[in-house]
Amino acid sequence: MDFNFTEEQTMIRDSLARLIREQYDFETRRKVVASESGWRPEMWAQFAELGLLMAPFSEEDGGLGGGPIDAMVVMEEFGKGLVVEPYLPSVVCGGGFLKRGSDAQKEEYLSGVMSGEMIFAFAYAEPKGRYNLADLETTAKKDGSGFVLNGHKAVVIGAPWATHFIVTARTSGDRRDKNGVTVFVVAKDADGVSTRDYPTVDGRRASEVYFENVSVGAEAVIGEVDNGLPLVELVSDEAIAALCAEACGAMKVAHAMTVDYSRQRKQFGVPIGKFQVLQHRMVDMFMEYEQSISMTYMATLKLDEDEVTRKKAASAAKVRIGQGGRFVGQEAVQIHGGMGMTDELAVGHYFKRITMIDSEFGNVDHHLKRYTDLSSADMAAAAE
Amino acid sequence: MNLDFTPEEVAFRNEVREFIRENYPKELEGMGTREDLTREQFLAWHKVLGKKGWSAPSWPEKYGGTGWTSTQKYIWSEENARVDALMPLPFGVSMVGPVIYTFGNEEQKERHLPGILSGDVWWCQGYSEPGAGSDLASLKTTAVRDGDHYVINGQKTWTTLAQHADWIFILCRTDPNAKKPQEGISFILADMKTPGIEVKPIKLIDGTHEVNETWLTDVRVPVENLVGVENEGWTYAKFLLAHERSGIAGVARSKRGVERLRNIATNELVDGEPLLEQPEFARKVSQLEIDLTALEFTELRTLASEAAGKGPGPESSILKVKGTEIQQRLTELTLEAVGYYGAPYAYGMEADGNNDFGVGPDHSNYAAETYFNMRKTSIYGGSNEIQRNIISKMILGL
Repeated sequence: MDFNFTEEQTMIRDSLARLIREQYDFETRRKVVASESGWRPEMWAQFAELGLLMAPFSEEDGGLGGGPIDAMVVMEEFGKGLVVEPYLPSVVCGGGFLKRGSDAQKEEYLSGVMSGEMIFAFAYAEPKGRYNLADLETTAKKDGSGFVLNGHKAVVIGAPWATHFIVTARTSGDRRDKNGVTVFVVAKDADGVSTRDYPTVDGRRASEVYFENVSVGAEAVIGEVDNGLPLVELVSDEAIAALCAEACGAMKVAHAMTVDYSRQRKQFGVPIGKFQVLQHRMVDMFMEYEQSISMTYMATLKLDEDEVTRKKAASAAKVRIGQGGRFVGQEAVQIHGGMGMTDELAVGHYFKRITMIDSEFGNVDHHLKRYTDLSSADMAAAAE
Repeated sequence: MNLDFTPEEVAFRNEVREFIRENYPKELEGMGTREDLTREQFLAWHKVLGKKGWSAPSWPEKYGGTGWTSTQKYIWSEENARVDALMPLPFGVSMVGPVIYTFGNEEQKERHLPGILSGDVWWCQGYSEPGAGSDLASLKTTAVRDGDHYVINGQKTWTTLAQHADWIFILCRTDPNAKKPQEGISFILADMKTPGIEVKPIKLIDGTHEVNETWLTDVRVPVENLVGVENEGWTYAKFLLAHERSGIAGVARSKRGVERLRNIATNELVDGEPLLEQPEFARKVSQLEIDLTALEFTELRTLASEAAGKGPGPESSILKVKGTEIQQRLTELTLEAVGYYGAPYAYGMEADGNNDFGVGPDHSNYAAETYFNMRKTSIYGGSNEIQRNIISKMILGL
């Protein structure tokens, strides 16, 4: 067992932290979020220059030989800086699918992800599917050697900035069947693809994405036709681990801001941080944060274990971070008092980001149920 | 970062597992969560480990520790928890031992450490007083220098298992005029056979005799029993509490407890179906296990940073708070799981040589008693509220 970071990982953390400190202060972020495009492509280019976009990929694939721990380091720093650029959708999700794709797909797309020239978004959610990754109304019907896609994907984070989508669609079976799910890569400018773009409450951009008779070739399929769900679950678990890391970064800052504020804000003639009732609440926030970090490490380190262990680990982390994040976020606002409610202070923006993380890739209830179902399946298997 | 065991660690685990299987005393099997054991039962495994040299894995090697890495220590506690082993009591190995080897003189180390390691000498803790609980520094027991003796007067309380103890470590006030209550306290060792020490039992809500009042009347203790420097005892007291807290998380034991809870809830039926298949109950078990995982990895991170050279610091307060919360929730869910068979009182009712007293399913025995007993955990070792004060002050700087 080893809980140390490699030199490369420490370097990534330090250089990214410096970049964010120097070029991603809260006021700058506010302007970017309010701007027309809502992001800075030039920032993305700097992330590429730092090697962040290549970090989690193997050297054979042209990456820097890292893995999920490198992505975790990046996402934690993103969380601290409330960075809006689409590392999770493009590098963790897009890259996560593509590195398991064909050689041709790696050559055509993964290199684009790593250079930063291509931006991917992951179109998995649907208006009526909630958190069930197999509950798909989007269809891909066989048409000659290729497929024709029809459907509506919901709240696709980063889609307005994307050049390509990873799309899940049903190629056979009934609406919620585990079999019959297939993963496609689709260019955003393909005929029949349209989007309705909007800002999210936490400063990012997303789209409703519509596919209307979109034709793709057989080479657009990532993995196996009809048997894409295991891959979708795997990449989603990787995304969960990365999201947890982002949440930890945001929780750390929200907590630090709160402790700091409690030292400065005076009421009844003393700093409010002198009140034990607030001290203990800030300690509880601290303990939630520490345990969230522990769970993030745990889930990240178990991504390469067997399927049940990996899924349980990801769900356990998502449950704990959902609960801890809610507590830290709400208490950060509460202890800031009225100031915590203002748009002017950063703390409310951290609260908003932490809150929205819970609903990405399944919330607390979803993952508590998933964990429970996996545990009973585990026990039944052990009993046989 | 990785979670893998090296081949050497796997070999170590096998060695440990084999040793426990061959040497764990048969008469202790299934007794690991009981509170009503004899002195011999409490010490049986400790003595085996003492002979093997494994009774104090966290001590420095030169004083009799094992020199194990933090991963090996993790394996060690996991393997012991698998059989619910009754581990060495903390008073010697985790509390006074580290104080003696860190702050004591050579003579004290030579005299006291071997008995702690072997399990021949039983220590108890003279900290709390009727008027000094969470506010420990307000303690009133005095030690007055008289020639080459200290004369100790006062009353200690909550002295765990003092009825079996050979020695006691006592926090005494040696300078009544010190400016702050934390100053003027000394850390003194005393033989329990010294005239003037009287132990009176306190019966707890689970019906067991686990703690005592310890009365100290003109107890004459030789000055060489002072540890470290006179009036510096508060420093050693805090050091001891930090050591006490680091083992207090009880992760491996709680993991075993969750396993036991799952088995109970599989056998308890609701409308003919296992209780564990009721979504309400199943999710409570899941939540407990998830929170335990968070604690486990927090402890592993703490161990890793300790291995990197830092001693147990204020972070160990997190382990104390979360560890005891989980122990309590575990016993709470276990009591909930056994339903009305939690009610029969089990202690002292079993037939001779038989752990089972024959009322209700075996798994329901002691469920309520243990639940009641475990409420102590968020109170002792510095209450969980005091732990929050420590984190607030030492880590948050408030």
